[in-house]
Amino acid sequence: MIQKNRTKLVPLPTDILIPERDIGKQPVLDIRNLGIDFGGLTAVDSFTLAIGPTEIAGLIGPNGAGKTTIFNLLTNVYQPTRGSILLRGIDTKGMTTAQVNRLGIARTFQNIRLFGGMSVIDNVKVGLHNSIKCSFASSLLHTPGYYKAEKKARERCLELLDFMGMADMAQLRADSLPYGAQRRLEIVRALATKPAILLLDEPAAGMNPSETAELMEQIVRIRDTFQIAVMLIEHDMNLVMGVCEGIAVVNYGKIIAKGTPEQICNDPVVIEAYLGKKGAAAHAAEG
Amino acid sequence: MALLSNFINGLGLGSIYAIIALGYTMVYGIAKMLNFAHGDVIMVGAYVSFVSIASLGTPPLLALVMAMAVCTILGVVIERLAYRPLRASASLAVLITAIGVSYLLQNAALLIWTSNTKVYPSIVSFAPLHLFDGKLTITGEMLISVLTCIVIMVGLTLFTGKTKTGKAMRAVSENRDAAELMGISVNRTIAITFAIGSALAAVAGVLFCSTYPVLNPTVGSIPGIKAFTAAVLGGIGSIPGTLVGGLLLGIIEIFGRAYISQELSNAIVFAVLIIILLVKPNGLLGKKVNEKV
Amino acid sequence: MRLWKSKTSRQNLITLAMVTVAFAVLFFLNEGKVLSRSFSGQLVPICVYIVMALSLNLTVGILGELSLGHAGFMSVGAFTGVVAVAYLQQYITSPVPLMLVAMLIGGIMAGIAGFLIGIPVLRLRGDYLAIVTLAFGEIIRNILECLYVELDGGALRFSMFGSADVGGNFIISGPQGASVPSKLSTFGLGIGLVLFALIVIMNIVHSKEGRAVKAIRDNAIAAESVGLNLTSYKMKAFVTSAILAGMAGVLFAMNYSTVEAKKFNFNTSISVLVMVVLGGMGNLRGSIIAAALLTVLPELLRGFDDYRMLIYAIVLILVMLLNANARVKQIKLACSQKLRSLFSRKEASK
Repeated sequence: MIQKNRTKLVPLPTDILIPERDIGKQPVLDIRNLGIDFGGLTAVDSFTLAIGPTEIAGLIGPNGAGKTTIFNLLTNVYQPTRGSILLRGIDTKGMTTAQVNRLGIARTFQNIRLFGGMSVIDNVKVGLHNSIKCSFASSLLHTPGYYKAEKKARERCLELLDFMGMADMAQLRADSLPYGAQRRLEIVRALATKPAILLLDEPAAGMNPSETAELMEQIVRIRDTFQIAVMLIEHDMNLVMGVCEGIAVVNYGKIIAKGTPEQICNDPVVIEAYLGKKGAAAHAAEG
Repeated sequence: MALLSNFINGLGLGSIYAIIALGYTMVYGIAKMLNFAHGDVIMVGAYVSFVSIASLGTPPLLALVMAMAVCTILGVVIERLAYRPLRASASLAVLITAIGVSYLLQNAALLIWTSNTKVYPSIVSFAPLHLFDGKLTITGEMLISVLTCIVIMVGLTLFTGKTKTGKAMRAVSENRDAAELMGISVNRTIAITFAIGSALAAVAGVLFCSTYPVLNPTVGSIPGIKAFTAAVLGGIGSIPGTLVGGLLLGIIEIFGRAYISQELSNAIVFAVLIIILLVKPNGLLGKKVNEKV
Repeated sequence: MRLWKSKTSRQNLITLAMVTVAFAVLFFLNEGKVLSRSFSGQLVPICVYIVMALSLNLTVGILGELSLGHAGFMSVGAFTGVVAVAYLQQYITSPVPLMLVAMLIGGIMAGIAGFLIGIPVLRLRGDYLAIVTLAFGEIIRNILECLYVELDGGALRFSMFGSADVGGNFIISGPQGASVPSKLSTFGLGIGLVLFALIVIMNIVHSKEGRAVKAIRDNAIAAESVGLNLTSYKMKAFVTSAILAGMAGVLFAMNYSTVEAKKFNFNTSISVLVMVVLGGMGNLRGSIIAAALLTVLPELLRGFDDYRMLIYAIVLILVMLLNANARVKQIKLACSQKLRSLFSRKEASK
């Protein structure tokens, strides 16, 4: 219901799909043959994917397929064994997580990682950190410049919190928030870093259906308002099929299918990965 | 010949460090905490055996057994009263508490036995070996230290590998929650770990004070920290690593004292700790641990 | 007015006002010779330990890393300060500027030590970081015990193990410590240093740097994911803490006629830690009160000295155990709520 007009995906020369409206623009993320081994185990292999600058992309797959590992590779928490990541055309090889963030990737975490002892608004202010213009000396002396920068930061934080419907919670301690609000606060904090692409790791986990429906609207609104790309990992198929334009399915660390939600829904390989061979046969018999 | 003599002294000291380091490494591996008070348990063991020999006139072996018994009880009591209530707390809180326990033991000893340094009677009664026409002397204490260390290492390796309790320890060290779900009592396992570590600390205390016959309330703290260095050097959580780390550290210390500077010998050992943590933070034989993101 | 509007600034001003008033009262009592001799002798040490506790609180309470070598930075400041005064008194004759310059130099040297130590230490985590700071504290003491500094006709000569005796005056002679040229520390300077430390730390805590440091404490991985350079902010906090400890060291040294390196041993680091823990980690007001109390108490209670460290140890353990106790947490919460409602009712009735 959210996306009445389904986006058409078009192939790029390198077997990569992006939304038609993003054609001619540089993909925000261009991932080529990414792979990582842990000891002898290949966790991710030959992962190739491009994300358009305003695309909402989904990354799905069974538990343990390597989805979060891919997020960790994209944010340089792990350094890849093979392959390359071009973020806005720049190779992120060798950068730290912080540098990658400043270049344009912000993320949320599957197991929520807030600054629990700090207030909600301070959590967001930490996200704004690099855009607050105030020198260390100015902070030490609390010069007028400091007050100006702090005021600007506070206003921006309240705007962002309001965007996710959280302005009334600004002064609460982050770890006192209910689960759903903590997930949304992680999104606000990530948005505060002015990313070019937002990675959401199971944003709807632990949410009830009405919260999830609200989240779906918010994800689309984030893309429309900030004109950024969103890539999300999610097990809630209503959410994935409802908001994602392009979907990649991974299993055993490899992409087994890419395409629009319709294509993915009907792909026998995907059905087999989720339901197993017997399950897939039963599914086919039913359908 | 001086080189060989230093080497042997280093082995003797290193064996004692290895025995102390076992206590650190087991507690760190299983209870995931740095038991800062471990060095002071050594001191208590030394005092108990001293009182037993000097005041009660017991034979050395009985004194050793008494020291082990007292330290075992002490270790278990400390764990029960001070550490167990903090098991879910941040590591900062646990470490501060452990420092508190360390100071408690030191200052209690200060009040009981005063700060006067006592001369510790060696528990080893046989004469030193003279080799190469007396050019090389191996004291009985050195021999006993090395032998005890080997026996303990072998015993502990068999214990953790073969017995039910030992396997429970390894399970708790791998994953506490999963072990609990498999019906292993985490509290009991950690208590046993503290008991074994403290008993070993008593042995180490007796050996250390027999080799270096001075006894005062702070006698355990520096060897304690050095043994922790040895545990880190070998790799926390690994029994063979502890042996390697202990021996290496003993040799480094004796050689540093002999060839670099007497005054800076502690600084040299601490520098080793710092370098190891920076270059090879998991030690020589340790496992790499990653935080899950 | 702008200051008063924001809640955090208001809290800061209240803390500052409280400290200023308390010190002003003490200052005038001291000037009027009302205070007993032993108590007025404690005034400078009180200031020293307040600054030590405040600065350690920056590392332990706000950065969340346990530093066990804080006395090491104090000793660097102390010895540098003594040398600076001995050397500079030929150029600067009035005592207050001389002390200010000495404190500045002592702070800078301690800051440099903090930076050098911070490079390796801040890469470590938790227990390892703590044990390495302890090691560095001991190394500093070990080195200072071998250091000899002579003043030879207006020039300084440094040597290890006293190897280069040129017949000048020894300012620092190894284990015998430093002989202080003249006792320059005054309570007024102490008050100044406390206020300085307090303002610096409060301003850091309520700035973007402070938020970054707290964010790193609460969740380092998340802090990195929002673009914070972990080491840079840890370093800023650690070096600031070292500088303040160094300045406190200068004030401390210049209050006695001799200072030995062994004064700055592990016991001193632990005493300061006890002040921070007792006052509440991250709580600056608490640090000030705890530091003042724990400095004065041993003097007030005769024969207490034998039991001092024993009691400190018990305090450490009890505070930690009570903090972790669920029932105590509930009682604390209930009390604070009751207090708050009491106050708000009062305000409402006005």
